[in-house]
Formats: sequence, C-alpha cells, structure tokens
Amino acid sequence: MAAPRKVACVEIGGIPIALSTCDEGFLDLLRQRYDGFLSSSRPEFELEFDLTSTGPVSDDDVRVRREGDEWLIERGDFHARWDPRTGRGSVRQNANPYSLDSVLRILHSLILAERGGFLLHAASAICDGRAYLFSGVSGAGKTTMTRLAPADITLLTDEISYLRPGADGYAAFGTPFAGELAKAGENCTAPVSALFFLEKGPENRVDELSSAEAVRRLMRNILFFAEDQGLVEKLLATACDFVGRVPIRRLTFYPDARVWEQIRNFQGVPEHA
Amino acid sequence: MPEDCIYIARSSAIAARALAGEMMVMNSADSTFFTLNEVATAIFQAADGHTPLREIVRDRICEQFDVDSEQAQADAEQFVAELSSHGILLVSNQPLAPEAPR
Repeated sequence: MAAPRKVACVEIGGIPIALSTCDEGFLDLLRQRYDGFLSSSRPEFELEFDLTSTGPVSDDDVRVRREGDEWLIERGDFHARWDPRTGRGSVRQNANPYSLDSVLRILHSLILAERGGFLLHAASAICDGRAYLFSGVSGAGKTTMTRLAPADITLLTDEISYLRPGADGYAAFGTPFAGELAKAGENCTAPVSALFFLEKGPENRVDELSSAEAVRRLMRNILFFAEDQGLVEKLLATACDFVGRVPIRRLTFYPDARVWEQIRNFQGVPEHA
Repeated sequence: MPEDCIYIARSSAIAARALAGEMMVMNSADSTFFTLNEVATAIFQAADGHTPLREIVRDRICEQFDVDSEQAQADAEQFVAELSSHGILLVSNQPLAPEAPR
C-alpha cells in the first residue's frame, strides 16, 4: 500500500500552492525552507512530489514547453508536468532544496505571466511603506544594497523579486528565494515606488533611462523560461505596461549607507507613462 | 538573389510592441530582443510578404526620411539580413504567405 501523502501549503505572492509528498524527510525540508511562507489558505494549485535518488543540482538549461494541455518542465535534476486547467501537477526530483526552489520559481513564472506579473532578478525592500527594486547583472550590487539597508527597512528578497499588478500600480511581495545573503525575505507586500538598475560608482547618482532601454533591461532580467509565443507576447506587453506605470532609473552608487538616503528621498514619476 | 526580388515577412514567432515611438521586438524562441529605430520600424511594419523590399525602401523610406536611395537600399538589406539571421524576418525571392501564429 502506498504511503499517505502529506501536504504543506506554501503561499508566495498571495498564490497558495499545495506541495504533497510521501516522504517525511522531504516534508520537513519543505517546511523548514519555506517557513514564513506556510499558509492555511485554500490552495489554488497542487504539486505532487515523488523523489528520485539523491543527486547534484544540474547545470543543464531548463526547458519549459507545452505538451498538449500541460506544461512540461525539465532539467537534469527534475521533471515536472503541470496542467493549468486543473491546477494540478507532478514533480519527479531528488530531495535537493535548490531543485525544489527552481520548480517553484518556474511554476510561479508561468502563473504570473498569465496574470500580468513576473519574477525579476532583483533585490527588493520596503522603505516607508513603499517597495523599491534593485536589479542588475551579477556583481552590480543587489546584495550590497540589502546589506547596507538601515534597520527600519524590510527585506523582501536579495535575489528574486515577485511582482503583480494591482489597481494602483504594481505590488512587490517577499519571497523565500535567497541569493548570497542566504536569508529568506519577509512575507509581506507593498506598492512599488521605483525600479533601479544598479551600477557601482564613485558617487550616488540617479539617471533617467529611455523607455526602450528600460524595457530592454527589464526583459533581460525577467525570469522566464517558457518556449511559448502567447506568453512571450503577454510578457512583453506586461514589461511595457510596467515601464509606463513605475519610475525606472539607473542608480549609480557608492557602497555605503548614504545611498539609502537617496532612495528615501527619491520622488520619481514614470518617464514613459 | 537579385535585389528587386527580395520579399520580407514578419515571423509569427515574435512579439512586437511600440512604446514611445520605438518598436520593440522579441523572438519567442530564443528571447533575443531588439529595439528598432524609426527607419527600421517602417521596414518592419511594411514587411507584408508581398511588397518587394526595393518598393518598401522607395515608398516608405526614401520619401519619408529624405535619404539617398542607394544608401537606403544598402542599409535596408543589411537590416533585413540581421533580423533574418535572428528569425525575426523571413526573406524570399518570391512573395511569402503570412505565417500562421504558432
């Protein structure tokens, strides 16, 4: 007789997903890894995990493609299927937490793309009730910005920002997906006040970006894996909408605490509305 | 391929969006992203598969942008070759039927 499945509901970005497994050890791993994001909400989606023998995280490229009505999500260390009509899917992976993070991130990227949101390779934090995003290539200063944050700043993530549209613009949500800081973000949300593309320099300076440059940089940093024409069109439309509704600037910064005064005093409006 | 016989059409595997007077084009197959200037946008928008490139350059580029026709044709061919190599435009020496969306 098959062992009964046990469920942990993980709610990131206001989207509760039930993760079920027969393996007690994996369930403990789930609960520890997503502590702070566990939820008693009714799940919108379900993923059943079946474990394979333990192995390393794969360096292979991930492939996300449609097969009939289902999404097929594959990398060397996991194989997942998800049906957006039923909201249910299954995952075969080893018990590695990084594989688990990858599957969840990809699933959220697919759900968000349909809903006008996206995951962005960016740190984000709440300052005076507003969320600020800091994006850029590796080494540009995302983790540095979070390390320099004063005590009253709430960290949403130092690695993957979670963005959804709302009536008054976009909202950023905390995620458990940590980068160099190795620390999950807080499970809270705030309206987005600005997105800064980071560059380190000798002084703190905020520069405007053309709309095309803003969209180009945004698209380069959005986490999206699906080989799907319809979703790519939606994503590009979302990026253009975001650029029209959120101030986007280049922030050249000298890495000390004074940069947060610049953030606190920033009064930007979208250049491209 | 004789210049007069170049026909161009937009691939169905792309997403395109105009913002603040510029055209942004993305290939959904490999996520390459392009921003087109005004002249390139005019060629891209006129790429209907049955208007020869030389006619597009004459009617849409030389007339509207006041540029030398030989230079405009050379620039257009270079632009078409580049976008074609990235799967954004389809090129043929015969008229092209519109691609069905994928």
